[in-house]
Amino acid sequence: MILSDIRDILKAVVLARKEDMGMQIERAYCADLMSDVLAFSISHSLLITGLTNTQVIRTAEVATITAIVFIQNKRPDIQTIALADEKKIPLLVTDLSMFDTCGLLFEKGLRSCNGLEF
Amino acid sequence: MENTEGVFFLTGKDFKNAGAASSSLKGILEGRGVPQPIIRRVAIAAFEAEMNVIIYAVAGMMNYTITDEMIKIRIQDMGPGIPNIEQAMKEGYSTAPDYIREMGFGSGMGLPNIKRNSDTLTVNSVVGEGTTVEFSMNLPPAE
Amino acid sequence: MELQEVINSLSLKVENPSVNLKREVTGAYVSDMLSDVMGNAHEGFLWITLQIHLNIVAVASLKGLSGILLVNNRVPAEETLKKAIEENVPILTSSLPTFELVGRLYSLGLRCR
Repeated sequence: MILSDIRDILKAVVLARKEDMGMQIERAYCADLMSDVLAFSISHSLLITGLTNTQVIRTAEVATITAIVFIQNKRPDIQTIALADEKKIPLLVTDLSMFDTCGLLFEKGLRSCNGLEF
Repeated sequence: MENTEGVFFLTGKDFKNAGAASSSLKGILEGRGVPQPIIRRVAIAAFEAEMNVIIYAVAGMMNYTITDEMIKIRIQDMGPGIPNIEQAMKEGYSTAPDYIREMGFGSGMGLPNIKRNSDTLTVNSVVGEGTTVEFSMNLPPAE
Repeated sequence: MELQEVINSLSLKVENPSVNLKREVTGAYVSDMLSDVMGNAHEGFLWITLQIHLNIVAVASLKGLSGILLVNNRVPAEETLKKAIEENVPILTSSLPTFELVGRLYSLGLRCR
């Protein structure tokens, strides 16, 4: 699916990189602990998290995550959004809980990162 | 290609810039045309090591050397030191305070993550003085 | 939904089978932040996390959660398991990552609301 599909499924608001809504995403990883994301996520996946600090953007950058969804209407501050913009990492925010976000995306065909290397 | 060398200075508790050194290093590796999967491994390991300095130490530095054969990173800090390195290498072992955990780090996966991504790793630490983490990744022969 | 049905459907391992597994799962909550779970999870929810330290049991017990599901092959710390037996909190484990587990639980009909 593409990012605009994810935006529509989650009724999400785009906080950064509106112009990148055509980017392709097939895999997702969710966690609040960035070391876990660094250890187990794969390249070009979607990160779903409840953390909104700048380290999340850094984590996405070093782990070559394509885009980030923040759950439960958790909004990052302006510096975090600016960093994402600079690193070309689209940011979305949804009202849904982590559980319902992941469940809905799974139902619509997004798959997890298990057993895959980079 | 000529070797590339450099150093980044890291400041403890400077969470705003945490990750900036690893990000710059990633850019340098991209500039040298290092293969993407290797860049990802280096960037992840460097970021974990950088976060360790930001979280635990007063200050530190990250030295890097890139040759045609390998990438070598040395992170040296002025911090509390690690009393038991063997324990720190275990996944899930952590002494991080709650506010660090709420930030998404300190879950006891830092050193294991560095190990997972590097071809060699050595950790030297003196309690009360500091820690030096050195790791390297081999590069495939040029075509 | 019965906890046993969740365990069977997802082939979960029960780390402390001596606790009472006969309980109703009313929903599910995903978080690695203990304060978030304290604030937002509801009674009877199954909590999915990668945290393994002792405090997860206290949180589950205080909130009356139906169990804790640890992801990514995470094994509970020894004192965590001991406490979970004392507090009668089921600890379940799986090799799968959170996204996959949630997807399957969602398909079973569990929701977070």
